[in-house]
Formats: sequence, C-alpha cells, structure tokens
Amino acid sequence: MTAAGEAAHRAMRIIVCIKQVPKAQELQVDPVTQTLRRVGVPSEINPPDANALEIALQMKDRHGAEVIVLSMGPTSFDESLERSVAMGADRAVLLTDRILGGSDTVPTAYALSETIQKIGGYDVLLCGEETTDASTGHVGPGIAGHLDLPQITYVSEIRIVDGKVRARRTAEDGTEWWETTMPCLCTVNFGCNRPREPTLSGKIRVKRGGVLVHWSCADVGIDPKKVGLLNSPTIVAKVDTVRLPSRSGQVFSGEAEEAVKKLLAALFADRVIVR
Amino acid sequence: MTDGHALEDKSHFRGVWVFLEARKQGLRDVSVQLIREARRLADLRGTALTGILPGHGVEDLARHAIGYGLDRVIVVDDPILGIYQSRPFSQVMAQLIRRHKPEIVLYGASKNGRDLGGRLHAILETGLAADCVKFDIDAEGNLDMIRPSFGGKSLAHILCKKHRPQMASVRRNVFVTPPHDPSRTGEIVHETVELSTKDVDATLVEFREFTKEGGLRPEEADVVVSGGYGLRDPKNFAMLQELADLLGGAVAASRKAVDSGWVPKMFQVGQTGMTVRPKVYIAVGISGAVQHLAGMQESEKIVVINIDPKAPLFEIADYGIVGDLFEVVPEMIRQLKELKTGGVSSPQPVPATTR
Repeated sequence: MTAAGEAAHRAMRIIVCIKQVPKAQELQVDPVTQTLRRVGVPSEINPPDANALEIALQMKDRHGAEVIVLSMGPTSFDESLERSVAMGADRAVLLTDRILGGSDTVPTAYALSETIQKIGGYDVLLCGEETTDASTGHVGPGIAGHLDLPQITYVSEIRIVDGKVRARRTAEDGTEWWETTMPCLCTVNFGCNRPREPTLSGKIRVKRGGVLVHWSCADVGIDPKKVGLLNSPTIVAKVDTVRLPSRSGQVFSGEAEEAVKKLLAALFADRVIVR
Repeated sequence: MTDGHALEDKSHFRGVWVFLEARKQGLRDVSVQLIREARRLADLRGTALTGILPGHGVEDLARHAIGYGLDRVIVVDDPILGIYQSRPFSQVMAQLIRRHKPEIVLYGASKNGRDLGGRLHAILETGLAADCVKFDIDAEGNLDMIRPSFGGKSLAHILCKKHRPQMASVRRNVFVTPPHDPSRTGEIVHETVELSTKDVDATLVEFREFTKEGGLRPEEADVVVSGGYGLRDPKNFAMLQELADLLGGAVAASRKAVDSGWVPKMFQVGQTGMTVRPKVYIAVGISGAVQHLAGMQESEKIVVINIDPKAPLFEIADYGIVGDLFEVVPEMIRQLKELKTGGVSSPQPVPATTR
C-alpha cells in the first residue's frame, strides 16, 4: 500500500526534529577575552525548529495528525521536548548517549535517520532551516539523503492536497510551490509563523508523565563506529578570535545639523556616496 | 544509499570543483565569486579548476563561465535538469564525484546550494563546512575551511582530514566577482548521468518571481540603510526608505526588528539572515548583537546612529553619531534634499566597478 493510501486509514504521523540552543539574544561577548559568555545563558528551542513545530501543530489542528518531537543531545534537552509536548505535540523522543558527543552533521543526520526509522510509520519529517548556534542547515537535507526521501527546503507553509504535500518554498528569486508524495522531509523558514505558547492542559500532560522517552544508541541500533567526534569527517582544528579591521571610529557630536553635515562631508570625501 | 565509511586512499582525489548554479540564462553571482577563490586554491594545489554545470541547453553558459578563470566545465545536459531539483541534482553530483574523485568541491551557500550540499554530504559521507569566509591549504595539504563560529566574533578552522572530497559552501558577497576574460580558453566536457522520470520526486507547481517593487535588494545595493529596535514602530521604516532612496540604496533590518514583526524576514541582515557588503552600511537604532555583525562587518564603511553611546556597534563604526535617530535621520534627509535641489547633481552611489 502506498504511504498516501495508508495515511487515509490512520492519522498522519509528523516527526519534528528539534535542537536546544542557548538564547542568541542573551549572548554577550566578553570584552577582554573576546569569546562568547555561554555560562548561565538560558536555553530555548532553536527558533526555526519552533517554527517547524508550529507548522506541525497547525497540520494537526487542520487534518488531525500525531506529532512526535525528536531530539539528540544531553538530558538537559528534556526541557525543550517537554515544552514541545506542552505546546501540543503528542510525545517526544530523546536520543541521548555519550558516544554521540562531538558528532558533526554527517553522524548527526545518520543517527537521527536511524531513530526516525525506529519510530517508523512517518509521513512528514520537519526540521528548522538551520540552528542558531551552528547554523549549517545541513542536517535536514542530510536526513533526507540518508532516508532517500523527497526534500523541500526553506518552507513557510504546508498544505495537504489530495494526499500529497504541497509546500511553499522561499528562494532568492521568488516563491515556489512544490508538490511531493509522502513520506517526505521539509525544512522550515525561521520566523514564518508565531509558535504557540504551552497550554495548561499540555503542561498537565507533561506532569502526568509518559510523554518522553530516552533512547540510547544501542536501543536504536546505531553503529557506534559511525558516530561521535572520532567518526565525524570534520574537526574544528582551532578557533581564532577575530580582530575586526580597525576603523577610524570618528564620532560626530553636537547638534544634529552640525553632526549630519560632518558625516555627509566625510562620506563624500571617501567617495562612497558622490554628489 | 550512502557511501559508508570505507575510506579510500585519498591521494586518488585531485582537482578543485565549483558547482555552477544557473539562474535565468546566467550564473548565480555567488557561483562566479567562488571561481576566483577556487582558482587560487587550484593554483596552490597545482591542479585544474573545473566548473560543474548540470542543466539543459547550457553550452553557451559553460563557455561564458570559462572566462572567469576555469580550466574546464563538465556539462550534464538533461531536460530533467532544466530547473533545480534536489534529487536529480544530488544524483548527478554524487555520480560525477564518484567518477572523477575531486579533492575539493565548493558550493554557493544559496538556498539551492545548501539544499544540494546538505543532501550530498550525507550521501557521500564526507565533510561539508557551511558559510566559509576564508580558505587556506594547511601543511599536510588539507583544505583549511574557515568559518565564523557562533555569533561571528571568532573564526573556526575546519579540517576534513580523512574524507574526500573536502566540501564547503560560501555565501554571496564574501568574495568579489573576478573580471571576465572572453578570450580565455577552456575545455567543455559533456558527461551523461543516468536519470529517469522516477528521479523526479517533487514537482514545481507554481513560481511567483519577486518583483522589484520592494526596491533594490540590500545584497545588491551600494548603500544599505538598516533599522533596528530603536525605530520603535514599523511605520518609522518609511523614513529609512526615504533616506535610502535619496542615496540610491536599499533598506534592511536587524533580527530584533524582524522578530518584532515590523519588517519581513527577507530583509534581515545577520547570521540567520543575509550577508551584505555595501560601500556604506548605515545602522540606525541597532545596538549590534554579535549575530548582526556577521552579516555586515565586511561593509566598506560603517555608519552608526544610536542614542546609546555604549551600543556595541560603535566599536566597529567608521563614523558615528550619538543622538536621537528621530532627529538625525530627518536631518540627513533634509540636507541630502537640499544638496539635490541646490543645483549640484544629485548624490549617487559610486558605480560598482569592483564587484
């Protein structure tokens, strides 16, 4: 039976992949060391992933669907998974195992793909377009590559039309509507909707328990030789602090009229704007 | 489905490749910009530079691309490749890479470039570094792929030592467009890759092109006037548009202004938005979160207008005005208009000769 035909007999199953990240707005650079202060920074659901979850929940509202949230990381990620359930997801899975530490996007896409297959029975996979901490955007298409699924990236809207997925993609030159069969994977644009807040009944469901499971690599059947830092194709060899190019840093003070006159004169003199 | 982790002797891998993304009978400019940097890397490695152009009826485009500094272009011509589609394009690239074993493959970090690279690196099980801003070759001959790490205030050196090809993407405007030499000669190689209609797993059912009615795009403009949370209200962006129009520029925004719903996401500058490299970047009411810097710090001149003298963006400003933007911006508009009507020719941006 085709996936679409099967979907007619049961609720559609949507798996949303999320990551927990430090809140970008709260990050500050240490003026002395020029490195980011990460300690004590609160976490959040990676904002594009929250937009993906909102799309899934809207599909659930419209068509009826089971929404499963999946993440890979330490158990501190429970916070975001529980929040997702409180927002309206049905249940959550955390793939958590020490041997996954240091995985780059290749093992991450592999491990998530294996976990998705263990969950099984999926119709639509959703990811955010990228994470705000690593910002590669490689994991979503990587999962589609692993699972050999159709992929539609940079999506702001999804409709189900005649058992098919129709998605609005934003590219550089215009808006594209793509149609594909299920199962498929879409990555969702940051900021394309306003993710809903957790509800009281959602929070009660979380409190009652049983909505979140932890799986290890062994539980899923992930090959330990294909994950972790040592099995990642890329390594971070070193990190340099950026010395931004020194700029003249001339501040014009005084009344607006005088300051603007000086500013425009300087820009004309630099020939970056001309009379 | 994927290549598995069986590593081959990497000395078989030779040559530098650039994925050429066709766009409306032309090449996307990020592809052209990549050619210059890829040329440098190929010369450092003492190897040939190849452009890869999957498409339909793209022979002339391939010939044109040579003029930017390529040694040869591999063309895969198939009606299925007439528009970009994830599966057929990744299939073509994967097969060509397995066939020829290039050492380095570079992609533009356009929407399609990322769509392709992300799928492909999982299929080939090799490293892909996103949004690189600089490349080097290390002592062992590996590609040193340098990219901003979280927030853009530090640079991470990414190496892919054991796997080949080493793959990386680069955003638009990170490298400048090389001059075109129409007399440059190079080889056009036609290759076939098995494709059938069953490889088409998604259909483009509608395309609506962005019109220019929103004005010039910030990535293309020589002057960018960018507004932040200090503008307080979306309607105040009209004032920035007026200033931008007087300077022949475009309006952009900070993430905070976008998050507040004042400006569409497509105008956002910064790590989760676009990278701009104008001649002048005028930041109005933007304090300068680290992720904003990542999208504009390469601007030729940076002007900061902010009421808070401690705004971090002042640290990288060429010129600053500490003052109320609601006084400063109207005053700029007034003086520019006065210059315009004062008999002197109107202010225009310098022609973009260097891009």
